[in-house]
Amino acid sequence: MSTAIPNPLALVAELTHRCPLHCVYCSNPVELTARGRELSTASWARVLREAAELGVLQADFTGGEPLARPDLTEIILAARAAGLYASMITSGLPLDEKRLEELVAAGLDHFQLSFQGAEEDAAREFSGTRTHAQKLRVAGWVKRHRIALTLNFVIHRQNLHQLEDMLELTERIAPGRVEFAHVQYYGWAFANRDRLLPTRDLLDRSLEILKKAEQRLRGRIKVEYVVPDYYAKYPKPCMGGWGRKVILVKPDGDVLPCHAANVLPGMTFENVENRSLRQIWDGSDAFQKFRGVDWMPALCRTCDRREQDFGGCRCQAFLLTHDSAATDPVCSLSAQRGIVDAILRDVNDVSKAIPETTAKPESEWLYRPNPA
Amino acid sequence: MTPELTKRPRLAPGCRLNDKTQPGRVLLMPERALRLNGPSLEIVERCDGNHTVQEIVADLQKLYSKAEPQKVEQDILGYLERLQEQRALDFE
Repeated sequence: MSTAIPNPLALVAELTHRCPLHCVYCSNPVELTARGRELSTASWARVLREAAELGVLQADFTGGEPLARPDLTEIILAARAAGLYASMITSGLPLDEKRLEELVAAGLDHFQLSFQGAEEDAAREFSGTRTHAQKLRVAGWVKRHRIALTLNFVIHRQNLHQLEDMLELTERIAPGRVEFAHVQYYGWAFANRDRLLPTRDLLDRSLEILKKAEQRLRGRIKVEYVVPDYYAKYPKPCMGGWGRKVILVKPDGDVLPCHAANVLPGMTFENVENRSLRQIWDGSDAFQKFRGVDWMPALCRTCDRREQDFGGCRCQAFLLTHDSAATDPVCSLSAQRGIVDAILRDVNDVSKAIPETTAKPESEWLYRPNPA
Repeated sequence: MTPELTKRPRLAPGCRLNDKTQPGRVLLMPERALRLNGPSLEIVERCDGNHTVQEIVADLQKLYSKAEPQKVEQDILGYLERLQEQRALDFE
């Protein structure tokens, strides 16, 4: 084990699990935190100061829908007072021009606007809400302020055929950045995986389109995307390594190394109301558990890539192999890669295929509800 | 594209230096932070929409007078171009 524990650079602040959308691939846990258990404004302000003291540079406000917190302006003020860069990701849904002005005046640096598709029907099917027209209005308002705008398209088998339309919409809005983020298969997305995972053909076509767009838009709009990891040869360095770069605080103040870590059995998480972020980052069992290389199975511990992908994702290892300390089975070197290959075989089997472009009856999706 | 000498680089919306009071200077931008030291900090501090590329080059050539002036200019142009591709910089 290396002696020095590096400082986290980013704090992911899940302000609330409340959300007007009900996305079928939501990254929130299947067990949502109730409103009554959310941290107070004062607690968030203290957490933000503790994060800055720990070396964090950026606060990423997310949810649920961060705008569902009426005190979001105060929380952003607190982030800036602590010296942090303030970024938020939002559906843009409960927002008007006046509230946006307040957020900008409070010091919001970066506005990430999520899109569920290139037009209203897709957005409605995947999020269970009508949102698209409002998002277009919000993008227009954000452009009038001197803050960064990123469009974030969540992509998967049911909307990849709209990719060129999404790019056209992006060029029309002209943000500084656009992210095409493949759904990651945890929580709600894991439950809906069979209809979300793209076929290899569709994936290859989309990568070609994205590569061209990246070239064409260079210097104007930064295009970012990654290959969904079931199709990759090596696992992703999940969160940049466990307890290495990112610290995540849940709506109720529990502190986790990643969004999904509460699916792992036998883990207990400390809470910001009882310990400081520094104590939790440096010393808590949850953060030590998979930090560094000592916990790794021999295959990873002796692998040249151990400091590149850190054994991959613990939650994925657990969800697919039922062993949270196994090599991520996405890795082509893993003896359990067969589990991922079997999933891909089913997805790519034409006889079982779910058509890409036909709208599904909404009853076939497992929609994320709102917490109590 | 190599930046033109008469243009005035300015940090793009949502890109800024951290507080002077913090240990270590960084350029903060969406999803990234770039550590700055010596020359890179001198350059970024001048990307305020007031200095032309030419003026930044001249300032740095003075500050780093022991370095080959041609090399200083090339390094600055390359650095500004990379920042612009990161969408951290606009040329006005």
